[in-house]
Amino acid sequence: MSDPMAEIRASFFVECEELLESLQDALNVIDEGAHDNETINVVFRAVHSIKGGAGAFGLTALVNFAHRYETVMDEVRSGKMEVTNEATKLFFQAADLLQDHVRAARDGGDEPAGAEEVLCALEALMGGPKIEQDAEDEVSDFVPMGLSLDLDFGGDDAAGPDGGIDEEPAWSIRFRPQPGLYASGNEAFHILRALQGLGEATVECDTSGLPAFGALDPEAPALAWTVTLRGDVDEAQIREVFDFVEDVCTIEIERLAGGGGAPALPGLPGLPGLPDLPDLPDLSALPAAGPEEDEAPAAQMEMPVAPATGSAPAPAPAAAAAPAPQAPAAAAKSGGGEAASATVRVDLDRIDRLVNLVGELVINQAMLAQSVAEAGLPPNSSVMTGLEAFMMLTRDIQDSVMMIRAQPVKPLFQRMARIVREASAAVNKEVRLKTEGEATEVDKTVIERLADPLTHMIRNAVDHGLESSEKRVAAGKPSEGVITLSAQHRSGRVVIEVKDDGGGINREKVLEKAISKGLVPEDAQLSDAEIDNLLFLPGFSTAAEVSNLSGRGVGMDVVKSAITSLGGRITITSEAGVGTTFSISLPLTLAVLDGMVVHVAGETLVVPLSAIVETATLMEEDIRSLGPNTNVIHIRGGFVPLYDLGAELGYRHPKDSYVGDIVLLTTQEDGSRAALVVDAIHEQRQVVIKGLQQSYGHIPGVAAATILGDGQIALILDPPDLVRSASGRTRNAA
Amino acid sequence: MTNEDKSHSSAEVELLSFRLAEQEYSVDIMSVREIRGWTRATPLPHAPPHVRGVINLRGTVLPVVDLSTRLGMPPVEGDARNVIIVVQVGSQSAGLLVDAVSDILALPRSELQPPPDLAADEAHSFVHALTIVDGRMIRVLDLTAVLPSERVEAA
Repeated sequence: MSDPMAEIRASFFVECEELLESLQDALNVIDEGAHDNETINVVFRAVHSIKGGAGAFGLTALVNFAHRYETVMDEVRSGKMEVTNEATKLFFQAADLLQDHVRAARDGGDEPAGAEEVLCALEALMGGPKIEQDAEDEVSDFVPMGLSLDLDFGGDDAAGPDGGIDEEPAWSIRFRPQPGLYASGNEAFHILRALQGLGEATVECDTSGLPAFGALDPEAPALAWTVTLRGDVDEAQIREVFDFVEDVCTIEIERLAGGGGAPALPGLPGLPGLPDLPDLPDLSALPAAGPEEDEAPAAQMEMPVAPATGSAPAPAPAAAAAPAPQAPAAAAKSGGGEAASATVRVDLDRIDRLVNLVGELVINQAMLAQSVAEAGLPPNSSVMTGLEAFMMLTRDIQDSVMMIRAQPVKPLFQRMARIVREASAAVNKEVRLKTEGEATEVDKTVIERLADPLTHMIRNAVDHGLESSEKRVAAGKPSEGVITLSAQHRSGRVVIEVKDDGGGINREKVLEKAISKGLVPEDAQLSDAEIDNLLFLPGFSTAAEVSNLSGRGVGMDVVKSAITSLGGRITITSEAGVGTTFSISLPLTLAVLDGMVVHVAGETLVVPLSAIVETATLMEEDIRSLGPNTNVIHIRGGFVPLYDLGAELGYRHPKDSYVGDIVLLTTQEDGSRAALVVDAIHEQRQVVIKGLQQSYGHIPGVAAATILGDGQIALILDPPDLVRSASGRTRNAA
Repeated sequence: MTNEDKSHSSAEVELLSFRLAEQEYSVDIMSVREIRGWTRATPLPHAPPHVRGVINLRGTVLPVVDLSTRLGMPPVEGDARNVIIVVQVGSQSAGLLVDAVSDILALPRSELQPPPDLAADEAHSFVHALTIVDGRMIRVLDLTAVLPSERVEAA
């Protein structure tokens, strides 16, 4: 907060991310075969805006890269270069590198490698080192103008060429401070800046009043300024700037006849109404106006020279002529689009705070409901109805707040597009990524934590899922493999699928491998689904030879545990010769959870509803002993291990008999089931998740905690983890 | 930690003293956030015996350590007479269940003495200084050693 520059810088990088996103979008459209000017313009503008901003921050490496990229795009835009598949590929690579450059500039990392090659390849496509030469010149021209480029971010692009400079009134303002001005704490610089805020201002300093150095009174003003202001301003507005200094300075405001009749050359001597400005013709004298004025003249000098190229400082004037009319139209269009979906950037911390507060509200509401119920008020009393309305509102607020945290998966998918490009290049396969449901919204944290597992899955799909081009052709498929990444909402969860059209899982090989690694017994008879699930076992890696892509010691088991830790499930379906689909099902949010509140040994526990398949009361004939310490129950034609929650959690000793007890039948990702014995089921409700990790650490079998209506803390169980960590301990605990 | 550091640099130290099984202990007052009455804690499974459980401190989950058990003495009963001292060390917060809070003492740092090195008693590793006030011996606890996370990580 203390450093405004840092703030501007930060917002520049946020902006960069958005521009990169639109760049990717446009490239995707181009990739799909649409080569219209509008799309190419989007690419050009994105690169150009990044370059402009980078120039303002002196990020030379980024500017250079963006500039050369932009030069190529400009050729495309002016129709001098054709968009071929090869070119599109290079555009993508350049966009990736541009992103790396931006990241490097932001985080102070090293410049990405390989930039030169891609640029050279691009420039070779464009043809001719002459333009390359131009490019270099342009770069050096460009840097000192840095600040003027902020024009590119606003609507000035559009205003530039067609903004009707000519019709706007022009003013000449002579401003000479008197001694009282500085003594009263005013500052000429601020006034000049305010004038600049009104329109296009050209500031000149009149140093004629400057005494000899020896005679200089440091406290007396010696300089005067002449400001030529163009824009839609009236005299009152200009007067207003001088409101506070009116009595301590001399101001002469004149309307210039003919408006900005000579906008390209404001410094020409012939300007009427300004007979007494000897300095005016000499623009080169401007930088002498005083140190604080350095920026302003620099910015102004560019404007008159290139008013029409605001969005297109193209190297060749001929090229500039063609794109110029398109640029404003495009800018206006995109400007209109933005207005439709206005957004606000909010610090994530603030949202998290809001989420927490709403969590408190939910708890508080539950506590209130409980005390009202305890007070024994009749159900139709006004308090009860009011409370019900309160409950609904709370739920609505909660949903809305969760919506704020939700973000489309699009940026995540875009990252994956890059992974596919890189991975397919590494293993020399032709791969196309298709994405579906990019607008699907998921909690921000989920998206962040999904990046790594998804990256791994995509790499796997490219490396192992898809066959080599020759094999594909031999199998009668197109040589280009397709990986489909899709997201959709399905019954309160988000389902993300990674699908390839490869050869499917080679189950014989998988089983053989699992047996050779000792993961399953040799004589095991496994169903197809069970074999597929072997992929998730720790220590299993399908790649016969370790390629430089996969086989980095990270297996699908890591992917699975990452998904599980997000409260998600992952499943595989595979068909030989047709392809493999990994399907990830995730909760929409990590902040609340639908749970079943149960009582065990005097304690209250919450079991995630997603884990529970059914509940049942145990009959004597259901329970079978399996050895001295283990019980299984016979239910729906299968045997399910029985776990006494009270004993597992150390609340009590195992009971002698579980007849008549209530069990929760839970299921896990791998389809295995477990029956958990509880004393009573209390209710089913939504609870706010409170992490235990930070304050205490991990507890086996416990996912988190929550606060109940009575203010007590209840633990939220993690049934798969409980079963894993407790296996076999059920009865031994005694 | 920063709080402790701050008080280390000054010449005077303020201690919050409390009773625990007829002995007097104290902690640096800079690490004390608040003092609360006894509330029933939700027990945590597989927790070491000195971790009493977790309580709801205005919406956050706060682990509570039974200081008595932690120091190798019989557990505190846990009734309305007992209090929970909420302390913070670094980013970690925890509640210390003690018999009763007795006093706030301000004394020169020079009066704190390191405990004699005859640590057969487990409690000694948690005491990093001793001092005498009005003839009573006050033990100054080393909170980083007492708090539960250290144990969880070590285990």
